[in-house]
Amino acid sequence: MMASAEVLLRGVELTRRWGGLVAVNRVTLELSRGAVHAVIGTNGAGKSTLIDLLSGEFPPSAGRVELLGRDVTSWSQARRARAGLGRSYQRSTIFPPFSVLENCRLAVQAQRQKPWTLWHDAYRDAATLRAAREAAAGVGLAALLDQPAGQLGHGQKRQLELALCLAIAPQVLLLDEPLAGMGAEETERMLGLLSALRPDHAILLVEHDMDAVFRVADRITVMVNGAVIASGAPAEVRANPEVRVAYLGTDDPPEGGAH
Amino acid sequence: MARFGKGKVAFTAVAFATLALWPLGAGPYGLDLVTKVMIYAVLALSLELLVGTTGLVCFGQSAFFGIGAYATVLLSKGGTPPLLVLASGAVLAAAAYALAVGALSLRTKGVYFIMVTLAFAQMAYSLVHDTPLGGGSDGIYLYRKPSLGTWIDLERPLTLCFVAFACLLGTFVFLALLLRSNFGRALAGIRINEQRMRATGFTTYHYQLAAFILSGAIAGLAGFLFAVKDGFVNPELLSWHLSGGVLIMIILGGLGHLRGAMVGAFAFVLLEELFQSEAVFGGFSRHWHLGLGLTIIGSVVLMPRGLVGLPEQWRERLAGRRLARAVARRRAPSDGTPAERGE
Amino acid sequence: MDPPTFLIQCLNALQYGLLLFLVASGLTLIFGIMGVINLAHGSFYMIGAYLAFALAPIVGSAFGGGFFATLFLGVALAVVLGYLLEWAFFSFLYEREHLQQVLMTYGLILVLEELRSLIVGDDVHGVRAPAFLAGTIPLGELMTYPVYRLFISGVCLALALGMWFVFTRTRLGMMIRAGSTNREMVQSLGIDIKFLYRVVFAAGVAIAVLAGMVAAPASSVYPGMGNSVLILCFVVVVIGGIGSIRGALAASLLIGVVDTFGKVLLPQAAGVLVYMLMAMILVWRPEGLFKPG
Repeated sequence: MMASAEVLLRGVELTRRWGGLVAVNRVTLELSRGAVHAVIGTNGAGKSTLIDLLSGEFPPSAGRVELLGRDVTSWSQARRARAGLGRSYQRSTIFPPFSVLENCRLAVQAQRQKPWTLWHDAYRDAATLRAAREAAAGVGLAALLDQPAGQLGHGQKRQLELALCLAIAPQVLLLDEPLAGMGAEETERMLGLLSALRPDHAILLVEHDMDAVFRVADRITVMVNGAVIASGAPAEVRANPEVRVAYLGTDDPPEGGAH
Repeated sequence: MARFGKGKVAFTAVAFATLALWPLGAGPYGLDLVTKVMIYAVLALSLELLVGTTGLVCFGQSAFFGIGAYATVLLSKGGTPPLLVLASGAVLAAAAYALAVGALSLRTKGVYFIMVTLAFAQMAYSLVHDTPLGGGSDGIYLYRKPSLGTWIDLERPLTLCFVAFACLLGTFVFLALLLRSNFGRALAGIRINEQRMRATGFTTYHYQLAAFILSGAIAGLAGFLFAVKDGFVNPELLSWHLSGGVLIMIILGGLGHLRGAMVGAFAFVLLEELFQSEAVFGGFSRHWHLGLGLTIIGSVVLMPRGLVGLPEQWRERLAGRRLARAVARRRAPSDGTPAERGE
Repeated sequence: MDPPTFLIQCLNALQYGLLLFLVASGLTLIFGIMGVINLAHGSFYMIGAYLAFALAPIVGSAFGGGFFATLFLGVALAVVLGYLLEWAFFSFLYEREHLQQVLMTYGLILVLEELRSLIVGDDVHGVRAPAFLAGTIPLGELMTYPVYRLFISGVCLALALGMWFVFTRTRLGMMIRAGSTNREMVQSLGIDIKFLYRVVFAAGVAIAVLAGMVAAPASSVYPGMGNSVLILCFVVVVIGGIGSIRGALAASLLIGVVDTFGKVLLPQAAGVLVYMLMAMILVWRPEGLFKPG
């Protein structure tokens, strides 16, 4: 447990109902700087909906969201993004016809929009271009800047997805299955990247890859049917009998220590 | 996105040069025709900003065009009206309606948006057709065309033609600059992936509304020019057939390209003239909508990238055929033809 | 407004709303189930009205008259037309973008309009209601109300109930509803989705044509009637929510009331009132009053 950890994002009693179905049921969780908080659960447990609530895709039926100490429950997704909340999607949400560079450049532009500068060529803004190149390089796509994003391989698209999230210089990262569909080498690279990002950011990680989760998470929350059934350090969660029955199964837990 | 390729610049330059020189040799009919083409080109450019750049399929562009035209006539009551007052009035009136319609319509998405923009255009049509505001279904006349100083007197068709040319060139350059600016890049991003734009921090509603108002303003400018050219406005300027016509222009020309809007406007006017010409179709020319309808259907199916995209389409088909032939040749000659092999 | 006049306007509003509902339900069904926005839907209404005009003398000379025979023949032709149109044209639109659907169906409107112009001409016609429906019934001491308008309301209501029954109580209805939410699943269950779509489309066309045929004696038969009804259908769909039959009914009745009473109370603004209603709904509930269902 980290003492005096700075809480950057807090979801309190978040609930989301769709008609009669309760997708997220009174979930409370915190994201602190320097920590990776993983959320795991079976399919349909409400993990993606939880991220949608935190990022502002739609409003909660009940509960509130606090970002950097402010109540942002009524804020739009764009406003939260400008305030430092970044998210990546489960399915790569990039701009396929644009080059990798343009993808990153657009994301960087969000932080310094200046829409009234109608006469200026967007590509003359050296600062934006530099930040865009850095964002691409940060995820390992420096060599592919001119490649149309739609022609990237699957793993490269996931990298770009993360770059777009990082390009807005967020303090909080909400990552929805960033490792989905990646091979072993790509997974290693991504985990290395997450570890490098950890000290300065608060990271929420929704993942199915249990090995990866137990390697990199400082805290794990387990969701079943929209509600939290366990939350704590990885060792505690692994040992929790309810969790083992509901999700991990009654097999031996994976090897590898928590931090 | 391809930056300004040499072929495109050359084409555009030639097109503008032709438009500039044409009136000098044309008779009154040709002059009127080329002025009409240029006015429609401005209108088409306004819709291209919405549909091609921002991805907002608006089926109500005629409302802004018609409002600009009516504002021109209504503001010119009495005396020789000053050109700048009329033009600004038309643009502002159209932009104001675009603000109202856009603010409401942009709360909807996809198919709803198309229907709502059509409905609001129809509302403007009803206002003008059924109420005394617009002189009813008979329309109203413009008694004296505006002028600026002593040389720009729009009573003279040649002057009007050059003013229309200036407006077209100005609009084209303005939009070309806009598309490569931060604002324009954001609009393109919204078209490709609105969700990602929002997640990145762009309040997309504001950008879309700004594009909508700008588009309405440009359409209003086209309306001003049209009212001055014909000296007469009637409710049909706001009919949804014109809205449909403008959509056809940009699809026919090629969506996503500014020069496509111009080419499309030109092609559309030509097709209209062709299908309506008694010389070619005799009595059947009454039913020119049939030809137009079949052309639209044909062009959507056969020319998905429009006229401007034809060279690319042909290149691809040629490349495809060459590839198929190369593959066939690489098979051992003794194997026989595919038919002989029973494929 | 005195009570008999109020009652008359209410009946008018009901008839107008129900007729509009009938046409709009076809449009919203086709979009909700097949994802195709069909601008030419209003043209089918117009075709129905012109069919009523054109078929009456033919049915008269061949079968010795018969209002219902004319209706039956018209609907049969409509089903055939719908089937052929779906096979030859609309089946290509399913996977395309909305813009392409809009343009192609707009082209279809122009083609259908000119075909009608070539076959039947552009004149405005009146169609007489059959004798047994042409009377009036008394309302109070001084007013009367045309029986035919009540007949129109009755037909629309009957069809609405019929549609509700088919959707909620029959296997076909179940398949249609399933097909609209999950196309692949329905196909993997062995149900021929192409055939299903063709049936739905033909039904949508038939309903619009029938509406036009039934409406013809009350409103005249004129070239632009398809376009005016189409735009109203769009307003219905925007207000009621796309894909929702309940929404279409609520919205149609609402529009019926606003339009009818608007014409009486504020004749100058009558044409615009319906759009103002739409604008208000957009401010309050942009997704429409009801969700799809």
